[in-house]
Amino acid sequence: MLKQIEGSHAVAEAVALCRPEVICAYPISPQTHIVEGIGEMVKAGEVQNCEFINVESEFAAMSVAIGSSAAGARTYTATASQGLLFMVEAVYNASGLGLPIVMTVANRAIGAPINIWNDHSDSISQRDSGWLQLFAETNQEALDLHIQAFKLAEELSLPVMVCMDGFILTHAYERVDIPTQEQVDAFLPPYEPRQVLDPADPVSIGAMVGPEAFAEVRYLEHEKQLRALGLIPKIAEEFKAGFGRDSGGLVRGYCLEDAETVVIAMGSVLGTIKDTVDEMREQGVKIGVLGIISFRPFPLEAVREALKGAKRIVVVEKAFSVGIGGVVATDVRTAMDGLSVKDYTVIAGLGGRPILKKSLRAIFDKALGDELPPLTFLDLDWNIVNKQLERERQKRRSGPVAENILRDVGSSHVAQHS
Amino acid sequence: MSFQPVKFYQTGTFTVGNRLLAPDQRSVQANMERTNSLNSGHRACQGCGEALGARYAIDAAMHATDKQMVAVNATGCLEVFSTPYPETSWQVPWIHSLFGNAAAVATGVSAALKVKRQKGVSGDVRVVAQGGDGGTTDIGFGCLSGMFERNDDVLYICYDNGGYMNTGIQRSSATPPAARTATTMPVGPEPGNPFGQGKFVPAIAMAHEIPYVATATVADLRDLEYKVRKAMTFRGARYIHILVPCPLGWGTASDETLRMSRLAKETGLFPVFEAERGELTHSTKIRRLLPVEEYLRPQKRFAHLFGKTPAVDTIARLQAIADKNIRKYDLLEKEAN
Amino acid sequence: MNKPFAITLDPGSSLANRTGTWRTERPVYVNRLPPCNNQCPAGEDIQGWLFHAESGNYEKAWQHLTKDNPFPAIMGRVCYHTCEGACNRANLDSAVGINSVERFLGDEAIKRKWKLVQPAAESGKHVLIVGGGPSGMSAAYHLRRLGHRVTVYEAGPMLGGMMRFGIPKYRLPREVLDAEMQRVVEMGVEVKLNAKVDNIQETMKAGNFDAAFLAVGAHIGKRTNIPAGAVSKIVDAVSVLRSMEGEEKPMLGRRVVVYGGGNTAIDVARTAKRMGAEPIIVYRRTRDKMPAHDFEVEEAMQEGVMIKWLSTIKKAGDASITVEKMELDANGFPQPTGEIETLEADSVVLALGQDVDLGLLEGVPGLEVTDGVVKVDANMMTGHAGIFAGGDMVPTERNITVGVGHGKKAAKNIDAWLRGITYVAPPKPPVATFERLNTWYYSDAPKTVRPMLDIIRRQSTFEEVQGGLDETNALFEARRCLSCGNCFECDNCYGVCPDNAVIKLGPGKGFQFNYDYCKGCGLCVSECPCGAINMVPENN
Ligand SMILES: Cc1cc2nc3c(=O)[nH]c(=O)nc-3n(C[C@H](O)[C@H](O)[C@H](O)COP(=O)(O)OP(=O)(O)OC[C@H]3O[C@@H](n4cnc5c(N)ncnc54)[C@H](O)[C@@H]3O)c2cc1C
Ligand SMILES: Cc1ncc(C[n+]2csc(CCOP(=O)(O)OP(=O)(O)O)c2C)c(N)n1
Ligand code: SF4
Ligand code: SF4
Ligand SMILES: [Mg+2]
Repeated sequence: MLKQIEGSHAVAEAVALCRPEVICAYPISPQTHIVEGIGEMVKAGEVQNCEFINVESEFAAMSVAIGSSAAGARTYTATASQGLLFMVEAVYNASGLGLPIVMTVANRAIGAPINIWNDHSDSISQRDSGWLQLFAETNQEALDLHIQAFKLAEELSLPVMVCMDGFILTHAYERVDIPTQEQVDAFLPPYEPRQVLDPADPVSIGAMVGPEAFAEVRYLEHEKQLRALGLIPKIAEEFKAGFGRDSGGLVRGYCLEDAETVVIAMGSVLGTIKDTVDEMREQGVKIGVLGIISFRPFPLEAVREALKGAKRIVVVEKAFSVGIGGVVATDVRTAMDGLSVKDYTVIAGLGGRPILKKSLRAIFDKALGDELPPLTFLDLDWNIVNKQLERERQKRRSGPVAENILRDVGSSHVAQHS
Repeated sequence: MSFQPVKFYQTGTFTVGNRLLAPDQRSVQANMERTNSLNSGHRACQGCGEALGARYAIDAAMHATDKQMVAVNATGCLEVFSTPYPETSWQVPWIHSLFGNAAAVATGVSAALKVKRQKGVSGDVRVVAQGGDGGTTDIGFGCLSGMFERNDDVLYICYDNGGYMNTGIQRSSATPPAARTATTMPVGPEPGNPFGQGKFVPAIAMAHEIPYVATATVADLRDLEYKVRKAMTFRGARYIHILVPCPLGWGTASDETLRMSRLAKETGLFPVFEAERGELTHSTKIRRLLPVEEYLRPQKRFAHLFGKTPAVDTIARLQAIADKNIRKYDLLEKEAN
Repeated sequence: MNKPFAITLDPGSSLANRTGTWRTERPVYVNRLPPCNNQCPAGEDIQGWLFHAESGNYEKAWQHLTKDNPFPAIMGRVCYHTCEGACNRANLDSAVGINSVERFLGDEAIKRKWKLVQPAAESGKHVLIVGGGPSGMSAAYHLRRLGHRVTVYEAGPMLGGMMRFGIPKYRLPREVLDAEMQRVVEMGVEVKLNAKVDNIQETMKAGNFDAAFLAVGAHIGKRTNIPAGAVSKIVDAVSVLRSMEGEEKPMLGRRVVVYGGGNTAIDVARTAKRMGAEPIIVYRRTRDKMPAHDFEVEEAMQEGVMIKWLSTIKKAGDASITVEKMELDANGFPQPTGEIETLEADSVVLALGQDVDLGLLEGVPGLEVTDGVVKVDANMMTGHAGIFAGGDMVPTERNITVGVGHGKKAAKNIDAWLRGITYVAPPKPPVATFERLNTWYYSDAPKTVRPMLDIIRRQSTFEEVQGGLDETNALFEARRCLSCGNCFECDNCYGVCPDNAVIKLGPGKGFQFNYDYCKGCGLCVSECPCGAINMVPENN
């Protein structure tokens, strides 16, 4: 059924259709509308046999999720940014214990400086946590990925993060196709846990493992993620059969057949990139796009396959590993090991900075001429940066950086208009 | 009170068993078919009070629930000595997640079990969470308070050995004043753990007005079992705080574990009581009141109080704490007049 | 369940980890000798029979008791119960009322007509017993139990010895005495009454006896030289008390002076009181030096018996006596002061102890007599092989319980001697001392006081003075036992072991250590209430 609806609500409805049994959440923008939505549905009795728990922190949220999942309940939670970091210890624990929890990350920047707007630093900080991470490009895909995520998580017995751009997707009203309960039921069987806390079979879950077996445990976790590389496309196929649309999978190419230049990105920014690419194509530029849906496991093979014909790639990413540069870019480079392809990393959209088509076009043009430096910060205001650097050079106590910059932003703004 | 210091049965309810009592009045531990929830082969130190307390409490809970229960464990000695791969000592469904989240994990288990019960998939399975004092009063306190405040259907048991024993005996907020730990050494002007710090979580639990709060010691099994059994008659959040001497951390002989907890109670330093919805409903009276020295002297962690010149003032301050407990928790039998 | 590797483990799998290897010391169960048992002259297993009484199984308790002593109803009245003096509970509140529980069991047995165990097989040997007092009848019982034919020769008209002809009724009702004597007879003991043995060797030969046990007691009242007028009435206590059993009661007059400070003096004085007299005891020393038991002195005084301390009789006139005041010297011996006093006296009863009539032993080769009593070796045998002796006639403390103990000991030795071997008593385990107990575990419980007859009736009748306990009281009293040194299945070891290393074998079967897992912490040892576990070093 088609509905004009907020992204958060679409996800709430999708989760509700998955017949969750325990939901726990702690509010943080821009995740709030999702859990508010489901909370209301549970309270109203629209979602039956489901416990909705208002916990006292994200750490508790993930911990409750661990408990309920281990006790055999289909479990869902959602968070973002600081919230995700606050629960980190439990995030690792959930995957270590092999608990198929599904969590929405409404991607948001991490402070300080505190910032509520979108980028990918939060979930990407958890790339080594053992969780699968799927990035949605649109609200429709966000909705679809949640349904697929439960199936994936439960088949593997590993937790899955469904990442959707905060505000850009969560707060956007778009038309989405909401499946029927029958469709979802046909696709997603009831949860059959691999291990469960059951008085009839009283196992101990969460033993202490020493050097003699720890590496094996870790390898087996890795092996599960490798298995997911096969499972994710399979589930996407099944999904297509049941719901009649392409959603999910490992990667998704766009205009790749003859592309010499391939732009790689994750999430909603792919829309803007595709628009830019469309324009360039019209002008005869052999440029294409590779969207990565599965960031973890990272589909090395699929990426390599997609980039076989390329001469250069531009990775546009909304996260940034301070001290080295791109994060996705590093993984992509691993995928291209041995191929002679030039690669450029563009860090864009940090802290919610708009990614403009114009700016992208300029960057891509530079890349086409191989004039782009290996690492570029899209639309970075060098004026501000240099002023601060100058201040710091002159004075040890140069004051707080963020405040200085705000002042600079203000004054340059004033200057422009005066 | 449903457990009885009853008529006269030789050892009454002081001993673990008593062949003279009617079978339904006997303790769970005296039963040949007790579950031994924490089985032999664990790696606790000799004479570990926590190992003993955990078996007492979980066996009692198993008995009360007809074995329909799940245990959740915080990180700490109990977890480490009971479940090093490839062996576990537990004979109950058991999960360990983290140091500070046992209460929340238990909430999750409880929620899941409630849904399963609603769906008719399983019967009434109850949840018991357990952790050390560190995992309860410090790092796990947020989760604990959240669980209390929501009145989740969880019995949380804290095994209080007065410190972070598993990491080598550091101070926790349950370490008694003056006690030596690795982080409160008996040096400087105020040797040992400073006075005026720390918290008594049973009182904080009471402030949450949860259905049931109790304290107990491993020296009084019948009282402990009764409290676990009673706790299981309530729905909602319940808290039992059990004093479990640690021979290693306290510097006591391995055979003194029960004597130490007995002395803690008999001096008034550890008040034993019950409370319902925030109100004190019963306190276990001191049987033979003793000065705090009796309790302090055998413990190496207090050895600095009994050097060449005994720390009379410090001992007096500890005695004052005991006296206050006696007043506050009404620990003395009223004189019959 | 499809368990993840290493993280999820099967229940109870730690049994693979044998923590017993950590141990440097191991706990072992022991049985120690309770101080009461150790003290009992009859060798009763007091803690053992109390154990059964505690659970209300009185018949089993009685059977257990009578393995050692066939006369609990008598003991429960007239035994001086030194066991209670040794009882560890005295250090806690007050000693267990062992004696009152024993009486309760004895009375129950009489009431319910419980029977003693019959011998399993007859040995074909025939043993002569001379004297049907406590010692002789105890020997008769034990020998019968061992399957020997037993014949008792008793000079008097009834069984019981001094229990009948000495101890007054108000302390030992005769139905009780009769019942307990009769029960031994019913085991098949042959009794010849009014059959005084004049020559032991002849009697043995005539009856073709294989062995003999002599227990003729000490019946000849000691005399002292008191200058007396012709009319003054001077009699001895034993004769007075004996005549109480006959048709003709003794005529002592109103003012009766009893001379002596032992239990016999008290008994005579109290008897006189009951016959309407005004008895006064004259004794050389002070109350604390008096050989009579203090409780008996107390009871006598309650009943109105007067006592004149630190006095000796100088001479007896026809209606009065002259006494001299004494004082104790530095060594506690009474010395005359020369101070003289006159007391009214219709009669003087001498209670100065008894001598043994050894007439029947004349000419027995090897037999030795010293200080008027017959010497016996550690096996109760006299210098003449096959002739054993016990009770008041051998060098010993003279009381019923000692006599009963002698009878038991002699029986075991006679049995061995008849089979050509020597009896070796099993080694005694060390005594269970108070220090080894963990008394925390015992409920607080003061001793139960036995009811006493009201004072008026005590002064005028021969009704029994001290009552017995009823069932609840007796049960309570039994349960005050600390079970020193012997497991009473309190389950403490089973409970307090942090390693589940104690195996409970079930009611009556006790416990066992599981040394595969015992880490040797010693908690079970420290928390055993009764000290029935020892810690011993591992020898490896
Ligand atoms: C007044 C009094 C009160 C006492 N009160 C107590 C008391 O309360 N508690 C206590 O423990 N002790 C008491 N005693 C002591 C106690 O009675 C004796 O120690 C005990 O009876 C000794 O037992 P026996 O078997 O050796 O001798 P006896 O009891 O004296 O029995 C010896 C028996 O042998 C018989 N006999 C003697 N010569 C011959 C023979 N030649 N042939 C055949 N039969 C013979 C006698 O007739 C007698 O029946 C008391 C003694 C007296 C005198
Ligand atoms: C988040 C976190 N911080 C610290 C630790 C280290 N740690 C493990 S157990 C422990 C002490 C446990 O103390 P307590 O809860 O009192 O239990 P005990 O060992 O004394 O029984 C500590 C500090 C940890 N495991 N996790
Ligand atoms: S309590 Fe257990 S481990 Fe300790 S000594 Fe006794 S049997 Fe051994
Ligand atoms: S503790 Fe109790 S059960 Fe164990 S040996 Fe001692 S008396 Fe027996
Ligand atoms: Mg601790």
